[in-house]
Amino acid sequence: MSFGGRLSVVLGLLIVVIGFAVWGVVGFLLPQPATVNFTAAAPGAPIDMTVQTVPAIGFGFQPVWVSYLVKNQQGQWIHSTIWQLPAHTRINVTIDQYDSGSPLRNQNWGRVQGTLGGQATYNGKEFSTYNSYSDNGVGHTFTVPALNLNVPLVGVSGNATNPCGGAPCTTNFDHNAMKFSFVTPGAGSYSWQCFVPCGGGYLFGNGGPMATLGYMGGFLKVVA
Amino acid sequence: MSADGGPVASPEEGTGASATKQPRHIWRIAAIWLILAVIGDVLFYTLVGPHVPPGTMTESADDNQFDFNVLFIIALPVLIGVWTYMAYSLITWRASRKGVPDPVGGPEARTNLGVQVGWIVTTTIIVLGLFTFGTVRLITGNGSGGGQGPNPIWSPTSAHILPVQVIGQQWKFTYRYPTFGGFETSQLILPVDTTIEFHVTSLDVIHSFWAYQLSVKADANPQQDNVAFTETKETGNVTVRCNELCGIWHGAMFNYGKVVSKDAFESWATNTEQLTAANTKLLPPYALTYVPDANGAPGLYYPDNVDPYSNSELYGATPGKPTPAG
Repeated sequence: MSFGGRLSVVLGLLIVVIGFAVWGVVGFLLPQPATVNFTAAAPGAPIDMTVQTVPAIGFGFQPVWVSYLVKNQQGQWIHSTIWQLPAHTRINVTIDQYDSGSPLRNQNWGRVQGTLGGQATYNGKEFSTYNSYSDNGVGHTFTVPALNLNVPLVGVSGNATNPCGGAPCTTNFDHNAMKFSFVTPGAGSYSWQCFVPCGGGYLFGNGGPMATLGYMGGFLKVVA
Repeated sequence: MSADGGPVASPEEGTGASATKQPRHIWRIAAIWLILAVIGDVLFYTLVGPHVPPGTMTESADDNQFDFNVLFIIALPVLIGVWTYMAYSLITWRASRKGVPDPVGGPEARTNLGVQVGWIVTTTIIVLGLFTFGTVRLITGNGSGGGQGPNPIWSPTSAHILPVQVIGQQWKFTYRYPTFGGFETSQLILPVDTTIEFHVTSLDVIHSFWAYQLSVKADANPQQDNVAFTETKETGNVTVRCNELCGIWHGAMFNYGKVVSKDAFESWATNTEQLTAANTKLLPPYALTYVPDANGAPGLYYPDNVDPYSNSELYGATPGKPTPAG
């Protein structure tokens, strides 16, 4: 093959490789969960949020991953973990927990912290500490590190007769209803995450859904 | 350049009748450098020195600030020396200025004993001096706020030391206070005028505990106890960051702590001890490394599900079996 021919082959292959690299990087970086807006309510009025955690999202590029979903103010379930909230406002949160549980790696996350009154309710019963070594353990936590906010989400029995298989789950399925309230701080972006290493199959359980925006962690975008 | 520092005239110039006597450039440069270096160092130390990070909140921070100032004060004359020589050369030996012989450079400098000895002696003094200074400061500063591993060789002599365990986990630091029942909290609160003994460890991957204003920085390794000391001197806010890339939310792994008065600390610690008492009962007893799931998590769920208080299990031996003599 002539020099020109060889050069053409090399350049052609180079272009193909660069193309794949660009496609891969852009494809990895671009997808972002939608921001779900909760700022439409009257200024200062408390906001009710309903969230659910499911053992398997059931759709998308990783249908078996565990995930959070949130109900928007129009009542639709949205697969997003980026929530826009007004500053200095009371947020009443209901989390329907459909996943099973286990003992916590760090029982510190079994303590309710940063909520109004330092309390949360578990199926209507108030509690401030949950022993993750008892009963069904803890499935997930809702934790905003910068706010020192933490609520353990009690796990559903592994022998549940009516478990939810895919999101969004309805309350007809076995679940635990966790309720708590907190007050948003000043404007800013606050990361939140689950502190149960629930990314099964990944190093220390903290890969996969734990390390992908939109599943077990996200941001509270607090706006003035 | 001649041994006395003046430029060496070329053979033609040296023997020619037109050769003119040259000033001793090296002494001129040295004099200019000395004046500028003294002015620069004094200005730096008085104006910038007190503001050099990491501040003076702790003994180690204060020590580190002084050390940085010493480094600056040594480095500044070197910088000024280079600039002075460069500026002097540009002015004195510029091309448009005729009749001035060039200074010695390149191959001719190899045989100049003054240049060689001066260069080697000066750089050796600076490097060995800094080595000695750094080593002495590390020893006298009890590790200078750095992690010394599980068996620190430089420990403070204070009779009252507050131990605080720092636990890194993806992606948050939590703190245990063994002298207050071993409670665990997300807040780092410390009393002023107190020697603190940090025991830094991790639950999962490698993190690094960097309390900037305290001038404490220690790696957090799983199942390792990394000890670092400091002594608080001033009240104020502390920024804690993870300083080891530890996963996707590494950038969010920070918190703010406080150094408060001893009374305020005592009040906070006793209140928190009571507030967290129910949860503290569920934590594993305080130990120098932290493997919380040892309390009863079922096997196979966590890869590190071992009893941290049984070394035999950690090393794969059968618990309770006496080691055969010999």
